[in-house]
Amino acid sequence: MSAVIENHHDEHDHGPAKGLTRWLFTTNHKDIGTLYLWFSFAMFLIGGAMAMVIRAELFQPGMQIVEPEFYNQMITLHGLIMIFGGVMPAFVGLANWLVPMMIGAPDMALPRMNNLSFWILPFAFFILLSSLFMEGGAPNFGWTFYAPLSTTYAPPSVTFFIFSVHIMGASSIMGAINVVVTIMNMRAPGVTLMKMPLFVWSWLITAYLLIAVMPVLAGAVTMMLMDIHFGTSFFNAAGGGDPVLFQHIFWFFGHPEVYIMILPAFGIVSHIIETFSRKQLFGYSSMVWAMLSIAILSFVVWAHHMFTVGLPLAAEIFFMWATMLIAVPTGVKVFNWVATMFRGSLTFETPMLFAVAFVVLFTIGGLSGLMLAIVPADFQYHDTYFVVAHFHYVLVPGAIFSIMAAVYYWIPKWSGNMYDERLGKLHFWLSFIGVNVTFFPQHFIGLAGMPRRYPDYSLVFADWNMVSSVGAFLFGFSQLLFLFIVIKTVMGGKKATDRVWEGAKGLEWTVASPAPYHTFSSPPKID
Amino acid sequence: MKKEAKKTLIRLIVAVPLMFAFGFALVPLYDVFCEITGINGKVFQSEHSEDLITDDGRKIALQFISTNNENMPWTFKPSEQVMKIETGKYYGATFYVKNTTNKKMTAQAVPSVAPSNAAAHLKKLECFCFEQQELLPGEEALLPVRLLVSNELPSNIKNIILSYTIFDITDYNDEVLAHNQMEIE
Repeated sequence: MSAVIENHHDEHDHGPAKGLTRWLFTTNHKDIGTLYLWFSFAMFLIGGAMAMVIRAELFQPGMQIVEPEFYNQMITLHGLIMIFGGVMPAFVGLANWLVPMMIGAPDMALPRMNNLSFWILPFAFFILLSSLFMEGGAPNFGWTFYAPLSTTYAPPSVTFFIFSVHIMGASSIMGAINVVVTIMNMRAPGVTLMKMPLFVWSWLITAYLLIAVMPVLAGAVTMMLMDIHFGTSFFNAAGGGDPVLFQHIFWFFGHPEVYIMILPAFGIVSHIIETFSRKQLFGYSSMVWAMLSIAILSFVVWAHHMFTVGLPLAAEIFFMWATMLIAVPTGVKVFNWVATMFRGSLTFETPMLFAVAFVVLFTIGGLSGLMLAIVPADFQYHDTYFVVAHFHYVLVPGAIFSIMAAVYYWIPKWSGNMYDERLGKLHFWLSFIGVNVTFFPQHFIGLAGMPRRYPDYSLVFADWNMVSSVGAFLFGFSQLLFLFIVIKTVMGGKKATDRVWEGAKGLEWTVASPAPYHTFSSPPKID
Repeated sequence: MKKEAKKTLIRLIVAVPLMFAFGFALVPLYDVFCEITGINGKVFQSEHSEDLITDDGRKIALQFISTNNENMPWTFKPSEQVMKIETGKYYGATFYVKNTTNKKMTAQAVPSVAPSNAAAHLKKLECFCFEQQELLPGEEALLPVRLLVSNELPSNIKNIILSYTIFDITDYNDEVLAHNQMEIE
């Protein structure tokens, strides 16, 4: 391992290699960050295209465009691709770009593993997407792949799905190990744990969550594989297994997973709000403790996804209260963001618009989450569009808005060019309107009883579904504008200053724009 | 690489297989947890006990439900839908099965009790669900279950549902089913 670091010293003055091999063999954290970000953008567009198919089918009641079987494949792949291909790699990409620069390290701790953890991802998604062209079609059992739907009744392509989940898991685990080793051991002298930027803190906690739960997911899909091919009966009642056990194992992974997808967003938003409020962030240490408590609580709330499986009353009450308890640290964070903005000299550049929208819309998603946590009410809401509205509110204007905010905020540092502020604002408003028009009506049709995961619905839900589809097309197509803005910025534009933003704090703003290929080869001096 | 970094790395790498194993450990843990708390509605075989027999039992209704798992063509139904019973007394009931196919088949019934907090108070001396049933083409049988509901049953429970789902296990080998052997408590 030490050889790797020495090599870096040798290459100190060299720029990147030329051509395609630069990207194939790169061990540079900035290159790998860029690869992750472009990959997740591609997956975001593919998963988004699937969402367009779903909303086109749901534009009117009755079967219009696709077969029900294909519809099921679309909802399954949309979920899997957006979670494992869109949000997670985007956060890993941001971590690669930013964590070393924020803590004053020359690179990630394990550069070659970094390369490996990225380059296995395209194969995982190639395998997953290729199942669309297989006999029996792609996986059609929903992204939660509950057994026995995903074992006894699954299409033959389920084996490819399992293999691709294994690869995605391996990639995430390697990425997470890299982040932890980097943060724990490569901070510049003077960067103590409680002086770390919040994005670094959020990723440290996220990485521990990943290491804890991705192996459990790998275990769950391995059990499926054994049930399907090797005659075991983990989830098959005929052989003494239990399908409910699958849900316990899955959500033991799944609930920490939802915080994996939101904690880095908390970090990003904290930086952006601090910068554009031109104030010190309110309550730094309470932010850290809030993230830690959310992470710990995430391990004891999994059964709130399964209130209707027939849990005993004591368990329902425990999981209800434990879930509601998470609202406390989350409330602390929202309070701190608002308190940071309070009496700040605010300006609303595009990253700030996305960050403020994040705070408002994520809170809406959090509140519908509290409604779902109430056991007696959940029996009504379970598996309706209310749940769909809830988790899209925390994931789209939550996780994805934070990623977009991060791109607008740091792209001047990455590319050396300012993005087009007018287009950025246009993108924000189109996205903001689109996302609300799409998902807010889904609260109504959910409360009225429309079940999720069906390609057809009762006539009484027709109006709001049409509104929702119109919003989805607006949101979907405005992301092409985002793609255009990013390409335009990378190609050229107004040169960015080193500090870029007036109120920006942190080591990444002390290096040149664009950030040189190698930064902090010798550790920076921290006062 | 620095020594401390190597230490962090090794710890994290060790954590991964441990968590993978933990995922598998959840399987027996789940079974043990369900057995201790009785929350899965699973009932295990118990031995005859004079202590459980009382004369001052309460009247409750015991309802039987039979379900065929998918692709299970047998006829399977309780001889009586509902039995009026008293707690603290042994009763016998039967289920009727018939192999409606023209081939020899093996079946396994899996029980469940609702409400789940009644499961711990349901004592089964004998149940066809503790063993497998093998029937020749067209063969029929009456499957027995012998049980007692303990007097300690929570007083708010006036109706217990005992349901069985019958599975076709003809194609499963014995090794797989060994997992399913219910042991005497």
